[in-house]
Amino acid sequence: MNISILTPDKEVFEGEITSVKVPGITGQFEILNNHAAVVSALGEGEVRVIKQGGERMSITIEKGFIEVLNNNISLLVQGVKE
Amino acid sequence: MGANLKEVRLRIASVKSTQQITKAMKMVSAAKLRRAQQAITQMRPYADKLDSMLKNILSNLEGDAGTSFGQEREIVKAAVVVVTSNRGLCGAFNTNVIKAAVAAIDEKYATQRQNGNLTIVCIGKRGYDYFKKRYEDCNIVTDYVEIFNDLSFDNVAQVSTMLMDGFKTGDYDAIDVAYGRFKNAGMQFPELAKFLPVEKMEKTESSKGKRADYIFEPDKESLLEHLIPSILQTQFQKFLLDTHASEHGARMTAMDKATENANDLLKELKITYNKARQEAITSEISEIVGGAAALEGS
Repeated sequence: MNISILTPDKEVFEGEITSVKVPGITGQFEILNNHAAVVSALGEGEVRVIKQGGERMSITIEKGFIEVLNNNISLLVQGVKE
Repeated sequence: MGANLKEVRLRIASVKSTQQITKAMKMVSAAKLRRAQQAITQMRPYADKLDSMLKNILSNLEGDAGTSFGQEREIVKAAVVVVTSNRGLCGAFNTNVIKAAVAAIDEKYATQRQNGNLTIVCIGKRGYDYFKKRYEDCNIVTDYVEIFNDLSFDNVAQVSTMLMDGFKTGDYDAIDVAYGRFKNAGMQFPELAKFLPVEKMEKTESSKGKRADYIFEPDKESLLEHLIPSILQTQFQKFLLDTHASEHGARMTAMDKATENANDLLKELKITYNKARQEAITSEISEIVGGAAALEGS
């Protein structure tokens, strides 16, 4: 599935991944392939991405939003520290 | 005649050096404009996605989309944010923005001003210089005058967060922003935009049609409460980025005109200079010829 991680200043990452774990405002959750469509607010915490090929990436965010639709993930985040 | 020659030569030199400065300023502005435009385009995907999320939620929402930021109250206290540049030499750009702000202050918010309930938030030195003397009776916020030194999102978000908090606690019942909307390098429009309360969000027919079956986490209403501050922050960031780009666009045009004018002036001065030089030579020759004739005669 495809993800694009956007901040107001720039695009942080765009590409194929196998999973992403996000700090939802009501608790952490992970998105795998063929996840149902969801829109959620994110709180402070760590976003963990496993890219296709197994490479890991993690970013710390202050807040944000995630939208999942048909294996396309849009992750909008603010206050990113890499 | 000799003195006139020298005068013209000095003027030519001074016009030339001024032209060099305006030319350099134009090029600097062009480079800065490109960067400012880039900042605007880089923000666009984020802003667009945020907007589409909002539409998504709204189309799935039953009933009215009421949020704490959409509350229309009787306007007792108001704030006007004036976004100008830090420096001048950019044509009528700052004047136009200030005019838009003054129109709002003197007409729309005249009663609030009379009661001492009008706040002016100055961003950019030009606006601050204008308002600090003429509008002493208003409450002028100066904390953010220098924000153009660092236009990163987090920095700008401080201002919008302050405004939103002010709106929530009742410090302001309405907030307007006067800024320079950027269209392209040659076109900028001063504009007065309503920041808060947010316009009522209508469900459009088209968004109703393509409703996707989303899971909302947490529920839609609280999601909106999270989403709207972010949208407002993005909107406010856009005001600043637009003004920033407009400033450089305006300066580029102004400096281009100035360089052109200097060219015209130089052309004229050169003709005057040559005329004066020719006259000097002619008179010198006639003096010599006259002298020779006088000698021959004796």
